[in-house]
Formats: sequence, structure tokens, C-alpha cells
Amino acid sequence: MSEMNNKELRKSTPVTIQADENQMALDDGRRVKVLSPGMMVFKRFIRNKLAIAGICILVFMFAFSFLGGLISPYGEAQVFHKTDSANKELADSEINKTFRFYDMDGGNATYDIRTSFQKGIGKNPDGFSFTAGSNTYVVEKLGEDFYTISGNIELGTVKVSAGEETAFVPADGQEVADELAAAAVAAVAGDQGAKPALPAISKPGAKTVKKDVTFDWEGATYTLKPSDTGSDYTLLSEPREFAVASKLRVFAFDEQYSALTSDYNFRRSSELALRSVEADTDADGNAYYPIQAFTYIGEDGVETEYRMKKIDEAYGIVEDIHEEEILSVSNFFVSPYYPDVRFTREFWEALKAGIAGRQTTFEFVNSVGETEKYDLIKKDNNDNNYTIKTGQDTYLIDAFASPTSEHWLGTDEHGMDVLTRLMYGGRISLMVGFVVMILENIIGIIVGGISGYFGGWVDTLLMRFVDLFNSIPYYPMMIIAGAIMDSFDVDAKVRLYLMMAIMGIMGWTGVARVVRGQILSLREQEFMVATEATGIPVSRRIFKHLVPNVMPLLIVQATMGLGGIILTEATLSFLGLGIKYPLASWGSIINASSDMYVMTNCWYVWIPAGLLIVLTVLGFNFVGDGLRDAFDPKMKR
Amino acid sequence: MWKFIVRRVFLALIIVVLGSFIIYGVMRAMPTSFVEAQARQRAAASATTGGPTYKEWLDQLTKAYHMDTDVVTGFVNWLGNVIQGDFGTSWKYGVPVIQKFNDVIWYSVVLNCITIFLEIIICIPLGIQAARHQYSGFDYGITVFAMLCISLPTFFLATLLKYTFVIKLKWIEDLYGIVGRYHEQLSQGDQILDMMRHMILPVLTLAMLNIGGLTRYTRTNMLEVLNADYIRTARAKGLPERKVINKHAFRNTLIPLVSYMSYLIPSLFSGSMITETLYQIPGIGYIAYDAMVAGDLPFTMFYSMFGLILTQISLMLADIMYAVVDPRVRVN
Repeated sequence: MSEMNNKELRKSTPVTIQADENQMALDDGRRVKVLSPGMMVFKRFIRNKLAIAGICILVFMFAFSFLGGLISPYGEAQVFHKTDSANKELADSEINKTFRFYDMDGGNATYDIRTSFQKGIGKNPDGFSFTAGSNTYVVEKLGEDFYTISGNIELGTVKVSAGEETAFVPADGQEVADELAAAAVAAVAGDQGAKPALPAISKPGAKTVKKDVTFDWEGATYTLKPSDTGSDYTLLSEPREFAVASKLRVFAFDEQYSALTSDYNFRRSSELALRSVEADTDADGNAYYPIQAFTYIGEDGVETEYRMKKIDEAYGIVEDIHEEEILSVSNFFVSPYYPDVRFTREFWEALKAGIAGRQTTFEFVNSVGETEKYDLIKKDNNDNNYTIKTGQDTYLIDAFASPTSEHWLGTDEHGMDVLTRLMYGGRISLMVGFVVMILENIIGIIVGGISGYFGGWVDTLLMRFVDLFNSIPYYPMMIIAGAIMDSFDVDAKVRLYLMMAIMGIMGWTGVARVVRGQILSLREQEFMVATEATGIPVSRRIFKHLVPNVMPLLIVQATMGLGGIILTEATLSFLGLGIKYPLASWGSIINASSDMYVMTNCWYVWIPAGLLIVLTVLGFNFVGDGLRDAFDPKMKR
Repeated sequence: MWKFIVRRVFLALIIVVLGSFIIYGVMRAMPTSFVEAQARQRAAASATTGGPTYKEWLDQLTKAYHMDTDVVTGFVNWLGNVIQGDFGTSWKYGVPVIQKFNDVIWYSVVLNCITIFLEIIICIPLGIQAARHQYSGFDYGITVFAMLCISLPTFFLATLLKYTFVIKLKWIEDLYGIVGRYHEQLSQGDQILDMMRHMILPVLTLAMLNIGGLTRYTRTNMLEVLNADYIRTARAKGLPERKVINKHAFRNTLIPLVSYMSYLIPSLFSGSMITETLYQIPGIGYIAYDAMVAGDLPFTMFYSMFGLILTQISLMLADIMYAVVDPRVRVN
């Protein structure tokens, strides 16, 4: 390309003169234009396809970085959020098929009692009695699958052993008043005291038959039953009803009624009411269940009236006297995962229907009229057990979102729009390039100019200084500088300025060498003798007459150097030594790819930034190359 | 000539010493040094058992690491030891610096040797072909390719290669390291093959980055030679084009290439910090990078001084080789 320009240059001048000989005077403006060296350079430059490509790339990059930031609807550090509907587990539900026991005081229906009940109930559905431990219990049927258990309750043991003080040990889960314990111990002591006369001479092998000891305490009769083996006594209360066994459970629709669900009397009376409702026939001959009122006597003796609305054998709704549905009695159990969750009757029935229909999801229209969707997950491969899941909205930073029409290149790890970050990052990358380049050239021209002009010991000294600077290992120096800035916790902006300063200081030696080399030869030329003869001051001679002659070479070098500076800045930022969050540069954006996850899954975060760097550096190199060819076709290197 | 070399060596020594001093000064200026980090760690570890506090540890360790002197005295002491051949013990690696250097340098040398060999067999033919067909489509292609290689950031190229060959195509199994997971169980030959496989991507990265420069250099020199009068003479004599290129032109192109190569020889040993770090090849570059980040003063000083010496040697070599290869160059 440039050779062509060269030939043309040689040819075109005379041709132009010949052709326009008649119309053109010697000082014609057009001829001056043709001969202008700046114009020649420009002409040669624009004929270079690669250089034009480079210019196009650079114009695009500048527009992208400096105008893009204005056009982009998002801010440099605008964080985007998303609401994620993570499926959260809401509750477990179960259609109960087994007997559950409900204790009056808790802990009375021991494991022995429960297993004996389960064993016996299959054969004797109408009630039976069984022995567990050394006591007899009575099971009484109150309704379909609804039983009460009564008998003595084991309250504790009086331990008697020789040499030690007689002590009372309460049974698991029992709270026994100290006075009662003392009374029991006293009763045992009285029994023991009466004994010694009897078994003084006993035949070997003969059983010493111990008798039950009874005593009264606060109006109730208690029994102390001697154990078969030792000398201990078991304290038993009077026989009474202490537990119900049922396949149903009471479930409150509202928080304020939850106390009732754990009340023994309420439970017993509500279930009894459910069992006792008989089907009736209305005027049209359809079977229905009449509403039945029942009375609940609270612990404080207050009587409250409720109404039982039976729906089927295993499901009834309890209303208060204002006909407001407050509870359900059902074999359908729902246990929420969170203590504050309550379900309305509508939800509860929708859930029940969903499970009965073996559905995997069900929908429910809530009181506001919104449709909520719930998933039903079968548990333990059991048709009766399900976990209910629902989409709970969580407010999150939208990190590493895939490209969409809103975010063309997705979002980065801070939830910022990658395309916008690239635009603002481009500003910093380009700015660093230019600032460092200008800084390098200022220092380089001053040092090189002085060194080249004066020569001698000044030259030697300055050049050795250049050598020294040139040989300091670049990356170690930058790594240490980065570590120092890290430990001082320098602000991102200040860090940017400091980094540009350090890069400038580390990089000026090349410029100084070029300037010095050129000036060394230029200063021997005649025009310098002329400047000396006319008495122009030294500083003017260097910077007005010598340096401008070096300018073409400097411009070429600076353009090529810009690419290098952008690469260095990107590398430093990639290593985490350069630009830091919240500022961005193209290098620091690619830094995200050191994370394996981002590299593998989020190409849109790091590949565009890399391409921008490559294109920009390529653009500067093309333009620099074109400029070199244009300035001096013979220089071509 | 000898006077020049002696003067050059003397100058190089001064630069090496001053350069080391600058690095030493900057290292000592780091506010959070290796010693402080160690003291903090040990104080935290001994806090429960009622051991020495941070301050006590710091004093003790500062003494142990000879950090209780001022910068100039510290540097003079260090330099004194270096002259006696003692670079000290690496703080981070806990072994003598020289021993660690011996362990790792060969990875870098092998890596760089393969790279340079690859570069030469790719770049020289490409450059020569491009020059022979100047301004052809092929030439433009080569120019753009060379420019592209020069413009590639190391880290982006490395990440891109990893993404393509390891993650997408799965031709290579490991992203990092020099040996595979089952390296110890392999036979000797397989062990070498295993290491070679792990060198593919680093070599490719380094070669790609350097191909551009060497290709363009070859092309420019070849162009210069092809425009020379003796080539016209050779052609005028009626020599076949192959002979002109191979015998007359190529041999003359070698002069600047050889001096360029001699410049490369010291860089064989300097390692490639960025590439080695990206691939975690335990060569001198990666090891030094880790040491520097940790604030390991002896190793950093050694590495910096090593770098300074290599730069000086390559500069001197370039000067001398230029005179040796081209007798027209007179040194004065």
C-alpha cells in the first residue's frame, strides 16, 4: 500500500504541474495543497485500508465508551434485584389411619399402655381391660374409633433400702407435690415399722406377702403397691380416666382458638359430639347431619356452648355460638413448618381435596382473590403423607443473569448490567491509556531532550538513570505497589490516579531513548547552527526546534504504545492490582472469569470485555502502523 | 572492544545494585509485611494458651528476620550475604532461596524453549512468505493475524483457550497445574507425557503472544533484503527464484534474526509470570508471584536481582552479537 503511495508521490507531482501548467500560477493554492507535507501524510494514511479499519474501530470504541454511558438507561453502579420464587416447604400433611393418644396431663399414657391398647383394640373394638406393668386399665368405647383409657396412674416409687434414707422418686413426666411425697414416705415408714414382728422367723422358700398400703391425702386415696422383687413401693393414684385414643385431631382455623386444640376436655367433648350426630333426612329425602350443640367445661369450671357441624364420619366443623367456624375435628392432620402459620377452612379443604384426588399441585383462591399455587410432594412414598410447598418470594441481587432484552449482556456478580459496566469501563481503560501515554511523553521528552541536546556527562548520567529505570522488573514493582495500596485501603478513585502515575513513571524510558537518539543526530544539522547564531535560548531550541522534528516518530510510538498501556492496565486489573470496585475497567470485568463457575457458565460476562480490549488494542496498532507508513514510507519496519 | 565490554559490565553491576536497592526500599516500605502477618497469626494461635502477645511476637520475629535495621543497613547486610553467595531462606517456602530456584527454574526453561522453537518454525516461514508476496491477500492476512496476536491480552487468551479446549471441547482434562491427578502412579514415560500434555496450553498461549512480533520482524527484514541490489543481481543472473530466496535472501535475513534470538536467550530463564500464574505452572514466574504477594523479602529480592542481571546480560549480548554477526558494525 505505502509503496503504491510512494510511486504515486514520485509521479504525481510533475504530472499535476504539467497538466495544470496553463491554468495554474506558481503560488496557486491548489499546488500548495498538493505539496503540503501534512496533506501528503493524510492522503497516504487514508489509502491504508488497515489504518482506516483501525480508525473505525477506535471511533466505535470511543462512541461506545463515552456516548454509550449517556445513552444507557442504567447507571454505572446500578444494582439490579430480582424476586426469586424459591419453593419453600410450608407444612406436612397426613391422613391419619392410626390411633393417637391424648393425655389429660401428659405422660400418663406410657409406652406400655399405648402398645397394650394397640394390641388389644383389634380384637375388642367395644372396649376391654388390660394389664400393663402391675396395673389394670380399662378401655371404654365412646364412639367409632374413639376410646377413653382409665386406671391407676403411676406417680412414682418410694425406694426403701437398708442403711439409706427412704426416698421418693417421681415417675417420668409426673409432677408430685412435696407434701404428697412426704405422705407417701411416711406411709411406707409406718408399714415397715409395723412389719418386723411378723417375718422374724420365716420358713425358707415361703413368700413374704406384702400388702398394699393406702393413705389419704387431701381428700384422695392413694395406693402404695409393693414391688414384686425389692422392697420398693409404687405410688398409684385413684383409678380415673386419663387419656383418649382417637384417629382424629382438633385443628384451629385461627390463632386465638389454638389453646382449645390442646385442651383435653374440649377435645373429648367435641369428638364425642361428632360421634353422636346421627344422619337425618330432610324434606326432600336427602341425608344430612343436623347441627348439634355441645358444652365444654373449662378447667376453671366455666361452661361454654359450641356447635358441631358434622360433614362426614371423620370430619366435623366446630362453630361458636355466633356460628363462626373456629375449629375442625378431622383425621386430616396438617403440621406447619413455621409456628405462626394458620390455615383457613377454605385452604384447608382445598388442600384436603387435592390430597384426596392424588394431585401434585392444587390452586387456592385466597381472601384477596389471588390464586395461589401449591405443590404437593409425596413423602416416604406413602399416599397419606404429603409435604406442601409454595413459591415464596425472596428479594435478591440479580447476579449473573443471562442476557435478556433488558440486559443485553446479562448482569455481573454485583447484579450490575454488564453492557453498561463495559461502557463505563471503556472510559477508564481509554483514559488510563491516554493519561499514562501523555505522562510518559512529558517525562520522556524533557529527559531525552536535555540528554540529547547537551550530551557529555549530562547525557551519560541521564542515560544511566534511564537504564536503571528500564531494568527495574515491571510486574514485581507493580505487584508491590498494588499490595501497598491494598494495605492502605486507598479509595478506588485515588487508586486509579496513583496507578496512572506509577505506570507513567515506570514507562517513560522508551520515549526518552527515542527523543535522545533523534536529537543527537538532529542537533548536528544546519538549522541548529542557525538557531545558535540567532541567539535563541536553549529551552526554546530544544522544545521548539528539536522536539517538533521528533514528533512524527513520537506520534507513531505513542499510538502503538497506547495499545500496550491498555493491555498492561487490563492485566494489572485482572490480577486485582489495578482498578477496583466500584470503578470498572475492561480488565477488572474479565477478572470475574477467574471464578470457575463464571468462566464455565457466564460467557457473556467476560468474553465481550476481552473482545473489546483486543479490538481497541488492534485499532491502536493499525492506526499506529498506518501513521508510520504515512509519515515516512521508507521507515517501514 | 575489551575496554567496551569491561565498561559495560561495570555499568551493569552498578545498575543491578541500584535496582536491587530500589526494590528493597519499596519492599521495606510495605505497611503490612510478611513479618507482621506472621506475628498476627502466631499471636492469635497462642492467645488461648496465654503465650506472647502480638507486640512480643512482632519484636521477636523482627529480630529473627533481621528486619530491625534501617533500610540502608538492611540492604548492605543483604548485599554482603549475596556477595558471599547466600541469598537467605525463603520466608514463604521455608527452604533456601537457591534451592527453591533450582527446583522450579527448569519448568520455566522447558516451557520457554518449546515456545521459542515453535515460534521459530512458525514465524520465519510465515514472515518470508508474506514478504515474497507483499500486498497480496496472504500478506494482509498475515499482517492482521500478527497484529491480532500482539493485541491479545495474555489473561484473556489463556482464559479463552481454557474455555475452548478444557471446558467446551474437553480435549485437555486439567485447567491448572503441571501434573495430572494420577501422576504418581504413572510410569516414567507416561509421567513425561502427562507433563507435556499440561504444557500444551501454556505453550500455545506464549507462542500466540510472541508470534506476531517475530513474524512482522522477519517480514520487514526480508522485505529490506529483497529490495537490496544483490538480489536484483542474482535475479538478473538468471538464478531460479528458489535459489534466490533460499540462498541469497534468507541467509541475509538471518543476521538481524540471530541478534534478535540472542536477545531472547536470557528471557528463557526469566519465566513468564502472567502465563505461569494463570496456568499454575510451578515455574520461576508463578513461584515468584506467590512469594511477592506474600511479601517474602528474600525470594522477591532474589527474583528481582535475577531479573536485573538477565536484562543486563541480554542488553550486553545484543550489543556484542550485533558486532559479531555484522562486521560492519564497529563498536566505539
